[in-house]
Amino acid sequence: MGVGIVVTSGKGGVGKTTTTANLGTALAMMGKTVALVDADIGLRNLDVVMGLENRIVYDLVDVVQGFCRLKQALIKDRRLENLYLLPAAQTKDKTAVSPDQMRSLVEEMKREFDYVIVDCPAGIEQGFRNAIAGADEAVIVTTPEVSAVRDADRIIGLLEAEEMREPRLIINRIRPAMVKKGDMMDIDDVLDILAIKLLGVVPDDETIVVSTNRGEPAVLQHGSRAGEAYKNIARRIMGEDVPFLPLTAGEDGLFGWLRRLLVGEK
Amino acid sequence: MDFLMKLFNKESGSKDVAKERLRLVLVHDRASVAPHVMQAIKEDIIRVISKYMEIDESRMEVDLANTNNAVALTASIPVMRVRRGHSETEA
Repeated sequence: MGVGIVVTSGKGGVGKTTTTANLGTALAMMGKTVALVDADIGLRNLDVVMGLENRIVYDLVDVVQGFCRLKQALIKDRRLENLYLLPAAQTKDKTAVSPDQMRSLVEEMKREFDYVIVDCPAGIEQGFRNAIAGADEAVIVTTPEVSAVRDADRIIGLLEAEEMREPRLIINRIRPAMVKKGDMMDIDDVLDILAIKLLGVVPDDETIVVSTNRGEPAVLQHGSRAGEAYKNIARRIMGEDVPFLPLTAGEDGLFGWLRRLLVGEK
Repeated sequence: MDFLMKLFNKESGSKDVAKERLRLVLVHDRASVAPHVMQAIKEDIIRVISKYMEIDESRMEVDLANTNNAVALTASIPVMRVRRGHSETEA
């Protein structure tokens, strides 16, 4: 029996879909069988981030409403044979599915896969209720910004009310140079405010834009810092004890060099 | 050396502002998420005040308010009368 994980955030645009794609791909690279579920009905995007948009025949709503079997709707990844995607419907809206239907769908998928990762839509309405319905665990994505952290706090409150097992936090798009200058909240600042367990930190990285352009998750690219961060997070999800690396500001130039020379900082 | 530290490591950052604003807004958000918490606070206040005064519970108001960069718990409690046994201060 596999594990159902929902990736959620409250606020839109903080990197839920990118996180879902990369964690799923990383887990599959490590030999796990993984199914990704796009629960953002009406605004599907996980298919394009995964580069599988041309292969969609059936979708989640078709499965739930009995127009096709689960196996017919699951799209096999182009690169990894143990990775699948269940796309969202694009022409329906979120009321086409109920939390009970989602719960039994994810239950069914957990019998086939080690990990079922659900990409949750932004917001706290029915789309959110649907996405969390079948999950055993929640991963909350935030960025070190006031609006994203505030929404994450709200989501944590709602998950607690649903008695979800200890949600864990991913801090996305952190910029070490800005943190060092005191112009961006640090990991500890965010953890202090939200008071939940840290699952990982992903640096702001241009390779994410490139990989999204291509439909190739960053974990597949060599030397992507964000990709490496996602691989570490995937290992933690698998229960490995991966240490948290200190942030290294990519600070070059004369001032960085002088500071290192004078103050002895890295 | 201290001078050099300051020169190269100026701590003027806006993150402290962000943190402080978040802290305040979350006090309010968290309280609004849980109306039963406000109700519990109200009941506890009634219990304590009632030892000393007779109050009009129906017109009592307890709320969180944002004032001057701080969140304040404000309570408006109409007093009907002060109970005799407790009117004198105990030393």
